[in-house]
Amino acid sequence: MYQYDQYDQAMVDARVEEFRDQARRRLEGKLTEDQFKPLRLMNGLYLQLHAYMLRVAIPYGTLNARQMEALADIADKYDRGYGHFTTRQNIQYNWIKLDDAADALADLAKVEMHAIQTSGNCIRNISSDHFAGAAHDEVADPRPYAELLRQWSSFHPEFTYLPRKFKIAVIAAEKDRAAMRLHDIGIRILKNDAGEIGAQFYAGGGMGRTPMIAPLIRDFVPLDQLITYAEACLRVYNRYGRRDNKYKARIKILVHELGAAEYTRQVEEEFAHMLSAGVEPPREELARIAAYFNDPAFVDGPKTIDRSDPDFALWVDRNTHRHKHDAYVSAVISLKPVGGIPGDATSDQMRLVAKLARDYSFDELRVMHTQNLLLPHVRIADLPALWAALDAAGLGSPNMDTIEDIIACPGLDYCSLANARSIPLAQRITERFAANGRTGELGELKLKISGCINACGHHHAGHIGILGVDKKGTENYQLSLGGSEAEDVSLAKITGPGFDEDGVIAAVETVTDVYLGARQDGERFLDTYRRIGMEPFKEALYG
Amino acid sequence: MVDARDLGTSPDEVQFRFRDDEPADHGTITVDACCDQTNATAVRIEPGDDARVLLPFLDRLALIEVNFPGFGDGRGYSSARILREAGYTGELRAVGDVLIDQLSHMRRCGFDSFAPDKRLDEDDAARAFATWEKVYQRAADVRRIIADIRHEA
Ligand code: SF4
Repeated sequence: MYQYDQYDQAMVDARVEEFRDQARRRLEGKLTEDQFKPLRLMNGLYLQLHAYMLRVAIPYGTLNARQMEALADIADKYDRGYGHFTTRQNIQYNWIKLDDAADALADLAKVEMHAIQTSGNCIRNISSDHFAGAAHDEVADPRPYAELLRQWSSFHPEFTYLPRKFKIAVIAAEKDRAAMRLHDIGIRILKNDAGEIGAQFYAGGGMGRTPMIAPLIRDFVPLDQLITYAEACLRVYNRYGRRDNKYKARIKILVHELGAAEYTRQVEEEFAHMLSAGVEPPREELARIAAYFNDPAFVDGPKTIDRSDPDFALWVDRNTHRHKHDAYVSAVISLKPVGGIPGDATSDQMRLVAKLARDYSFDELRVMHTQNLLLPHVRIADLPALWAALDAAGLGSPNMDTIEDIIACPGLDYCSLANARSIPLAQRITERFAANGRTGELGELKLKISGCINACGHHHAGHIGILGVDKKGTENYQLSLGGSEAEDVSLAKITGPGFDEDGVIAAVETVTDVYLGARQDGERFLDTYRRIGMEPFKEALYG
Repeated sequence: MVDARDLGTSPDEVQFRFRDDEPADHGTITVDACCDQTNATAVRIEPGDDARVLLPFLDRLALIEVNFPGFGDGRGYSSARILREAGYTGELRAVGDVLIDQLSHMRRCGFDSFAPDKRLDEDDAARAFATWEKVYQRAADVRRIIADIRHEA
């Protein structure tokens, strides 16, 4: 994986000092809170309901054992011994003191980490496929491109005060495991007919109160023009994105209001201009970065294992993913124990996972947008030992992509914008389905919960989505069906009137009953919904 | 109609300047007026203005002010770079809600003079201008970027 050189290190060190200085000027009264706010946000510091929250960037979700241990240390030293992994492949700490923030950032810098641009109206941490570099179906590892974009977007002088936040995802497979088309810019690395690698650009996707699927704006950008094209997309947005209304300020509104064709035309014009201005980094830079992502030294080994323990076999079936080397798999570490808080990990769990990464995965770890962790390169022969260690630490839940693998935002337990709680709902739903024993029978079923319209829990993209709304001062939940963040991307539709907490849990069960009754061979919930439509579900819910 | 004098900042209001020539001492006019008035040498860009309409007149312009009514509106950064990319070499002045923590970015986008509404602390500003010893991406300041330095023979 990527390693900082002296220049990268100097950049994050300079940023820590800059933030120390900003915090000092705030305390001396030289900065008002209004002036300080965007500065602290661009260093990942939010003010939440009870305390400051620090969001640490995990670029494209990749980290090593030493970095994970540093995250555990920060949880112990500055927080309450745990952290929360997010849908942006980042980690959040919920109980940080402003006085400690600069020290926490300095600790991060020692292990080549930072909280730069994890918030604020700037280009955010670049996300990617969590199986990047390990999956069997990629044309290339997308992470070198993501790293090139990370460096380009860090402290970009022109794009630090954009109309609104800006999220970029990069993938390199036909299968979309990063919700690529629900990003402000989605980039898919692919091969053209001539066998050259290039980038397909999608622009104007997003969730929030006005969810949009990003349209394709460029079929093929040659790799030595990647940054230039991104720069053109951003400049058009910076100049013409709406600034009169924060709810209409994301690029999706600009692309929607202009139309994809007109937005594309403007980007192409700017792109032609920028090609002549020359903003691309030298071509060798991509090669330099790519060398850090060379395959580790895979060795051949057994391709099958003893499946006589049914619990182990179930975990292997559900939580491992096919690797490009046939003696290896990628192993998902579920942070979704039944009744647990989705995405939370204690410092002890983080340290254990770090150790397992050293022992079994070439010192490499991933954070998934589904709020789980992942060991990308595990020898099939090592799976029994790995599973035993995970199971003993409460990290062995065999539930990837099942109804127990719920994505939930922090909701009203932490977030000052929330209408309703997400976490207790997720806890109760997993308990309900663990108790009724349906999880396995339901197969792939992605349930996603957001505590408000901002959609941090991706409810629009859930096969089943739940949105917390405020109804006359009480928590109420809207149910929606049929969303997908994958290559068959679609936005979920609301079933009808909302429910209270007990009601929405019962409604989820009702909806799964309808599916089980109607499904044909091998259909997932989503397939059945697409075939039979909303009516039968409505009928059962409200009929 | 507003007196032209009222629109611009005077040289006295300029707190930081990175040029050796004499500052232009004449009022600026709006972008619209500039397009009609063939002898104007100073103009002020507001956030909603398209800097590109000025490109035909760059030769005669000695001062372009870019107004930042609020520091959170970043359109002026693009305006500045567009002007420099088009070869403008005159004074490019950031005016309005210009604060310490925006100085280094503004400088990189091509601003070479600064007239903040409120005078800034000199030490804080000096530190801010020096924040980034090296930089990652190309901008209007023609600094060699980190990637260039990495691949020097
Ligand atoms: S969806 Fe709403 S409640 Fe949930 S984390 Fe985002 S802003 Fe907070």
